[in-house]
Amino acid sequence: MNDTQRIVMTGIGLTAPNGNNLNDFRKALLECRSGVKHHDVRYMGKQVAGMCDFDEYKYQSKKLRRRGTRAGSVSIYCANEAIQDAKLDWQTIDKSMVGVYIGITEHGNVETEEEIYQMHQNSLDWKLWSPHHNPRTVANSPAGEVTLNLNITGPHYTLGSACAGGNVGIIQGVQQLLLGEVDLALAGGISESSQTFGIFAAFAAQGALAQNEDPSKASRPLDKNRNGIAISEGGCIYVLERLSDAKKRGAKIYAEIVGYAINSDATDFVNPNSERQVQCMQKAIKRAGLNVSDIDIVNMHATGTGTGDVNESEAVRAAFEASEKTFVNFTKGHIGHCMGAAGSLELAGNIPSFVDGLVHPGMNCTDLDPQCEIKNLVINEAKYVGNINYILNNSFGMLGINSALIVKKYIG
Amino acid sequence: MADVRQIVIDIISDIAPDEDVSNLDDAKSLREQLDLDSMDFLDIVMELRKRHKVEVPQEDYPKLATLASCVSYLSPKFATV
Repeated sequence: MNDTQRIVMTGIGLTAPNGNNLNDFRKALLECRSGVKHHDVRYMGKQVAGMCDFDEYKYQSKKLRRRGTRAGSVSIYCANEAIQDAKLDWQTIDKSMVGVYIGITEHGNVETEEEIYQMHQNSLDWKLWSPHHNPRTVANSPAGEVTLNLNITGPHYTLGSACAGGNVGIIQGVQQLLLGEVDLALAGGISESSQTFGIFAAFAAQGALAQNEDPSKASRPLDKNRNGIAISEGGCIYVLERLSDAKKRGAKIYAEIVGYAINSDATDFVNPNSERQVQCMQKAIKRAGLNVSDIDIVNMHATGTGTGDVNESEAVRAAFEASEKTFVNFTKGHIGHCMGAAGSLELAGNIPSFVDGLVHPGMNCTDLDPQCEIKNLVINEAKYVGNINYILNNSFGMLGINSALIVKKYIG
Repeated sequence: MADVRQIVIDIISDIAPDEDVSNLDDAKSLREQLDLDSMDFLDIVMELRKRHKVEVPQEDYPKLATLASCVSYLSPKFATV
């Protein structure tokens, strides 16, 4: 394939509950260090959650941070880190040919809840409703804040795609590069959901909010004693460019994106459909021109809910039945569910496997649920595999959105 | 008697935390001395209402141009709060 039609990842900027750059994040994953802690949630009190501790003022003034949103702050941090990591000469880049594509689960709940809370604290005086509410809550806001921060004049928007957001943002970036709409894409996913009350209360009402005296043990995908989702925030944005451009500037290349798929269950608002998940993975593998046995690692979405984990385990078993050498892991045991960031962040946590030959383990699965047994499941301890060439990353979301993304080790 | 000058400075410090507000010239326009835009002035109005129950109608916004004009315009309002 022509190098102008091959899209590669040349920079990664991230913040996770257990690391604010790829090296720290990877180390935490390999060493099974959790980022889930106790967090005080308005009205509800102490809950488990994954909060990020990146420096909000590293790339943003205090005033603009105050005017913007937490989602924007996460996005700005990740985008700047990705650009630095890619060693782009930002001053000379044509900013009109840069696009910002950020997957989100939802946006605006943090700000809306805060305004309503403030109004209640002030005798329902509606005139105290902030003039910043609209720019803060329009759905393009996190991506728009990145363009303001970096003087990007190309296209920007968010991709509302529930917890498939991280993969969907990357896929959009790939497609826009292939269409020639941009020469550089800042693409990935972010979430600030753990700053809201509503998401905690709703998962609690659904009986799907993780609880544990020890927060580091609360998120337990595939474990018999799992009891729900540990809500987290986070972000991961990639610099994507055409291979021809990356080669021209001698860029370090993390991986090539060779396959992807997005489909819909058309089944239920919240319950997943394993058959559609299988179809999604198969479609991505077909697009990449691969066989299932070519995939070395599958990173599951595995959120730690009863139904979700059983359904996805069934799907992975079915999709990879014919492969003896595909290893399977998951990331939410370490970091909880980073919602819109989950796809891009969890993929990033696996990309160093191309270099170190290790599969990071899924954490907190000490008593595997027999319904979640999967061949070559890597849990609790990293596994050295050696040569790893392809990683498939699953991310699924409510309303039945499924996504699968395949990246390949780049060999120059 | 409320120290209106200090009240306004405190609000500006919260709205524009990167700015140095220690040597402001009371007679000079705030926008000349600080990086403030029209949205910041809306925030000042909002904070006056939230923190001190002082209302500033839209037609009076120009009266917040300098620290001196803030004091002369707002002092009678603070006196009646």
